[in-house]
Amino acid sequence: MVITPKKLIAWEQLPIAILFASGFLVFLLVAAIIPNAISATDPYAIAPRHAFLSPDWNHPFGTDQSGRDILTRVIHGTRQSLLVGAGAVAISFSGGIILGLAGGLGPHWVQKGIGAVIDVLFSFPALILALLFSASLGTGAGPLALAIGIAAVPGYGKMVFSQVLSVRHSGYVEAAMALGHTPFAIVRQHVLPNALRPLIVTATMGVGQTIVWAAGLSFLGLGAPPPTPEWGTMMSMGRDFIADAWWLTLFPGLFIVLTVLSTTILGRFLQRRLEGRSS
Amino acid sequence: MTKRLASQRLISRIGLSLGMLFASATLTFLAVRMMPGDPATIILGGAMANPTPGAVAAITKEYGLDRPLIVQYGFYIWRLLHGDLGISFSQHLHVAEVLRQQMLPTLALASLSLFLAWALALVSVFCTVRRGRVLSSLGASLDISAAALPPFWLGIVLLWIFAFRLHLLPPAGSSSLASLIMPALSLAIPLGGFLAQVTRESMEIALDQPFILSARMRGLSMGQVLRRHALRHALLPGIALSAWALGALLGETAVIEAIFSRKGLGRTLVYAVSAQDMPLTTGIVLFVTVAYILASLVIEIIHELVDPRLATSRRRSASLWL
Repeated sequence: MVITPKKLIAWEQLPIAILFASGFLVFLLVAAIIPNAISATDPYAIAPRHAFLSPDWNHPFGTDQSGRDILTRVIHGTRQSLLVGAGAVAISFSGGIILGLAGGLGPHWVQKGIGAVIDVLFSFPALILALLFSASLGTGAGPLALAIGIAAVPGYGKMVFSQVLSVRHSGYVEAAMALGHTPFAIVRQHVLPNALRPLIVTATMGVGQTIVWAAGLSFLGLGAPPPTPEWGTMMSMGRDFIADAWWLTLFPGLFIVLTVLSTTILGRFLQRRLEGRSS
Repeated sequence: MTKRLASQRLISRIGLSLGMLFASATLTFLAVRMMPGDPATIILGGAMANPTPGAVAAITKEYGLDRPLIVQYGFYIWRLLHGDLGISFSQHLHVAEVLRQQMLPTLALASLSLFLAWALALVSVFCTVRRGRVLSSLGASLDISAAALPPFWLGIVLLWIFAFRLHLLPPAGSSSLASLIMPALSLAIPLGGFLAQVTRESMEIALDQPFILSARMRGLSMGQVLRRHALRHALLPGIALSAWALGALLGETAVIEAIFSRKGLGRTLVYAVSAQDMPLTTGIVLFVTVAYILASLVIEIIHELVDPRLATSRRRSASLWL
C-alpha cells in the first residue's frame, strides 16, 4: 500500500470547472441577497401585450403568459429556492446529528433501537414522505423546507450514526478515555469534529438534491403559490404552454441543473481536499 | 451453526419488514390527520359539496371520528391487520381494486427506468474508464451532469423535443409501449448518472488492486480484465443501492406521471393526498413499502450471487456479534 503525500493545490492549478462552480454559486448568493443588483425590474410586473415573447435582446429568457420577464423572475426566485434548499439541509442535518449521536453514544439497547428506527425510516422514499408532510404542513417556502428537511432526516441520521460508531471505537477516543477525560470533553473534542467533517461535504451536495425535491413538490402545487417567482412553480406554470413556449420551463430548470452541478463539483472538490487526494 | 444464524437473519429481516409496514401505516395516519380540514366533511366530498350538519354528524358517528385520536388509530391498525384496506373516500372503490388498476403502469415504469439506468451507467463506465485522460474525465463529467438533472425538468424538455418538435413519440397516455419511453428516460438518465458515479469510483479502486495487474501479466486484454475481474467488484456498491433507488423511483413517478398524464400509483397518490383520502393514501404507501421490501430481498440475493464473500463474512461477523 503506497501512501501518497498530501499535496496542496495552488490556486492557478484549479480546474476551470471549480472556478465556474464557485463563480455560479457566488452569483446565486448575490441574486438571493440583493436580486435588484442584477435585475432591477419588478418580477410581478405584468405586461399583457408582451406575453409569450421568445428570447431576444430585451428579454434574454423570454416572457411568460402575463408578459413578465423570465430572467427577472428566475433571478428573484433564487432567494426562495436557495432558502428552501439550505433550510431543509439545516433541519435534516441537525435532526441527523441528534439521532446519530444519541444512537452512536447511548447504551447498547439505545444503539440497537435507534439503529432499527433509522433503518426503517431510511428505506422510505424521501419524496413520498415529503409529499405527505408538506400536504399536512401547508403550502409556502417554510413548510416546504420543513417537510423536505424531516423527510431527509433518516438519511443524514444513518450517516452520522455510522460515523459516530466508527469514531467511537477509534484509537484516539480510547486513548482519551484512558487519560480520564470527561465524556463531554471527548464528544466535543474528538467525536463531533471527526464524525461530522466528512458530512459537511455531503451536506453541501445535499443542498442541490433538496432544491430538486423542493422544485418537484412545487411542481405538484405544494410549494409557493403561482404568482411567486420560484423555480419549481415557474416550471409548473410553463408546463401548460410547453408546446408553444419552451422558454417558460427551460430556463428555471437550467438554473436548478447549474445549482446542483455547482454544489456537486464544489462538494467533491472539498471532499478530495479533506481526504488529501489532489487529483 | 449456519442454519441457526440463517434463521436469525430471517427473523431480523421479518422484524425489519414488519417495522417498516407499521411505520408506514403510522406515519400516513399522522400525516393525513395533521392536514387541515374536518375529516367527516372530507368524506362527504369536501366543503365544496356543502354537506348538511346532520350528514356530517352521522358520518362523524359512523366513522368513530368523535372518539379520541388514539382509539381511532387503534381501530385503523386493527382493520389493516385484518387485511382490510377500506374504501377510498374520493373514488368510492375498494382500495385494493384501485391498487390493482394502477399498479402495473407504475411498476413497469419504475423497473424499466431502473434497468435503463443500469444500462446507461455501465455503458458510460465501460466506454470511458481508464481510456486516457480526456475520455475518462469526459465520462466522469457526463455522469455528474446527468445526475444533476431534475427528472421532471428532463421530462418536460424531452416532451418538447420528441413530442412537440419532432412528433416522434406520443406526448401523453399510458396505453402503448412508445408512451413509456420518455417517462422512463427522464427517470433513468439522472439515476444512471448517479449509479455511474458510484460504479466508476469502485471500478477505479478495483483496477488498482494487485490481481488486476497479475491478470494483465497473464496476457488478458484490458477488456477481458474489466469484464472478468474488475466488473464484479465495481458492481457491488451500485447493486446495494438499487433497492433504495427503486423506492426513490416509485416516489418520483408521482411527478413524472403527472407530466405525461400517465395512469399510475404516483399520480393517484398525489390525488389521494390532496383529497385527504386516508384509505387510499395508506394503501399506496403500504404498497410502495411492500414493493421496497421485496425488491431489497431480491437485491440481497443478487448481491450475494455477485459477491460470494459476503455470505461467508456475514456468518463470521454474525458469530462475533452474538
